[in-house]
Amino acid sequence: MVQSRTLIWKKWGLTALVLAILLVFLMPLFYGASMSIKSKQQIAALDSGLVPQSPATYSYQGKALPLVRVPLPDGSTRELALQTKRRTMSMFIDPVHPEAPALEWQGNWRALKPVTHADPQWKNYPESWNTIDFLKLLKNTALYGLISTIGTVFSSGLVAYGFARFKFPGKNILFVILIATIILPPAVTLIPTYAFFFKIGWVGTWLPLMVPPFFANAYNVFLMRQFIMGIPRELDEAAKIDGAGPIRTFFQIIVPQALPAVVAVGLFNFFYCWNDFFGPLIYLAGHPELAPLSIGLTQFNNMYTSQTNLIQAASLLACVVPLVIFFAAQRFFIQGVVMTGVDK
Amino acid sequence: MKLKSPLRGWETRWGLFFIAPWLIGFAVFYLAPMAASIGFTTLHMDLANPDRQHFVGAANWIRALTADPEIYQGIGRTLLFTLVTLPVGFAFALVMALLLNSRLLLGTSWFRTLFYLPTMIPLVAGVLIWAGVLNEQTGWMNRLIQTATGFHAVGVAGLRWMADPALIYFSYTLIGLWGLGNTILVLMAGLQAIPTELFEAAEIDGASWTVRMTRITLPMLTPIIFYNLVIGLIGLMQYFLVPFVLNGGSGFPDGWSNFIMIYFYKQSFDYNNMGYGSVIAWIIFFIGLLFTALLFGTSRRWVFYAGEKE
Repeated sequence: MVQSRTLIWKKWGLTALVLAILLVFLMPLFYGASMSIKSKQQIAALDSGLVPQSPATYSYQGKALPLVRVPLPDGSTRELALQTKRRTMSMFIDPVHPEAPALEWQGNWRALKPVTHADPQWKNYPESWNTIDFLKLLKNTALYGLISTIGTVFSSGLVAYGFARFKFPGKNILFVILIATIILPPAVTLIPTYAFFFKIGWVGTWLPLMVPPFFANAYNVFLMRQFIMGIPRELDEAAKIDGAGPIRTFFQIIVPQALPAVVAVGLFNFFYCWNDFFGPLIYLAGHPELAPLSIGLTQFNNMYTSQTNLIQAASLLACVVPLVIFFAAQRFFIQGVVMTGVDK
Repeated sequence: MKLKSPLRGWETRWGLFFIAPWLIGFAVFYLAPMAASIGFTTLHMDLANPDRQHFVGAANWIRALTADPEIYQGIGRTLLFTLVTLPVGFAFALVMALLLNSRLLLGTSWFRTLFYLPTMIPLVAGVLIWAGVLNEQTGWMNRLIQTATGFHAVGVAGLRWMADPALIYFSYTLIGLWGLGNTILVLMAGLQAIPTELFEAAEIDGASWTVRMTRITLPMLTPIIFYNLVIGLIGLMQYFLVPFVLNGGSGFPDGWSNFIMIYFYKQSFDYNNMGYGSVIAWIIFFIGLLFTALLFGTSRRWVFYAGEKE
């Protein structure tokens, strides 16, 4: 009995600790959400809370009077509209009885606390959406992501099938070279590749970003090969007996069986494109109409440095699509990460 | 033997057919550029003015190795940052993997999803959100510290996360924590792969938590730790996005964000000095190779492969 009680304490203690870490870890997201619905004045007011506040007013005879909390001689506090401001004596209107004569109050009105009400600036979102031309950035990013993902899934699948199922001379050496290219820093091949694309006139278009994925990617090949090796060979043999050639076997047996790996590779690549910065930075320089979100957001940040609220709104907008996809396809994702990381 | 021969030819043909996309891609995007890159280091090269291109011999290399302090500064800053961020980031990932893997934790799958979530946030958006949190005036980090400890952190005289050279690498490290979801996942999978018999035997022997940690858990994790160190090191040699998004490669504060990859970008694409840029690229490659080799060299002493015999 005592044993189980300490166990329960340990459980709740550990869970509370992890929850506390989580809150600090995700704190920037709450910050971003809070800032994105504030006006510049609300951000400057350091004591403003999570939900932005604005001073409340009361409309009296066509004038907007500030509402303040007034401590009365009888010890109670009431929310009254400040009509006449004087250093030692002020006049107030009671919003509950506006027809009654103005109340006199002794004391400095500056010491009174204003009444505030929640005033989120939702318009920051449409404003940053329009300023940054979000729809264009989204379209560019999605197009880049989709085309290169189709390319790499298809080509990497073929190559992985080749490595997993066929014997040919030099296969092992070729596979080692393939793995070695993962560790090679892209900087080494970058300048000649850039010069090559420059010579054939592709710099300033999407082609240098979208065509190379059609020639397979080492990471994706590795992941899919591991997966295909786990598919029983009997399935291939059966298809072969039915008269299917290797291409039909690939599409009818391997692809359906390797679907989790296909989805994982597709998701990885899509997110890689969504984050890609260096590629678009060098190949699309001077073509803002082609820029993806990563570049658009950076330029927005450089141009509107002081507009924290708009920058945060745009940053959160950029998170929407990846987060939706993540929650929809979480299982595949986590499986894929584990597959690449542990089987090395 | 004679029967097998046509089959072997058939397999070879189909095998090469299927890996052809990669063979072509490797030749065009790796082999040829690598060879060309060596040649480029001997040229004065400016794509905008091709007629001015000429052979300069070893001049680029001599300049880089003997006459350019910015290269040494770039390498030094990159290595210093690696020294700060790699241990901190890795320790965080390991602690989180242990916590999220604990039998004592309630709501495990919720926590795992939520800790992974920031990994999905687009990098640039994450950097901008963190830049706001770390703002010395309006950011929540300083206000949190001030409320919790009473230390006067807010304001120009407080903690200037983005402007103080003593803090800037820690700020970058904090931003980097959001990208550790995959490392945490892989470490968790590694923890789950440790045979439970080992822990049961240790428990019967009355081994404490510390002993189990240092004698079983950590040794069994060393292959994954090793893999992550190598990948992390190579990635950090090319550290670029965070400082570039924050200050466009200006080196702010006081040159502390002049990482070698930033200098590579400036020489190659700002100054159009592609011959010299190629030299910097090779220097990045060799330093990464050197440290990878060092890691591999020491790995025999500390990486434990359960499948291998002594």
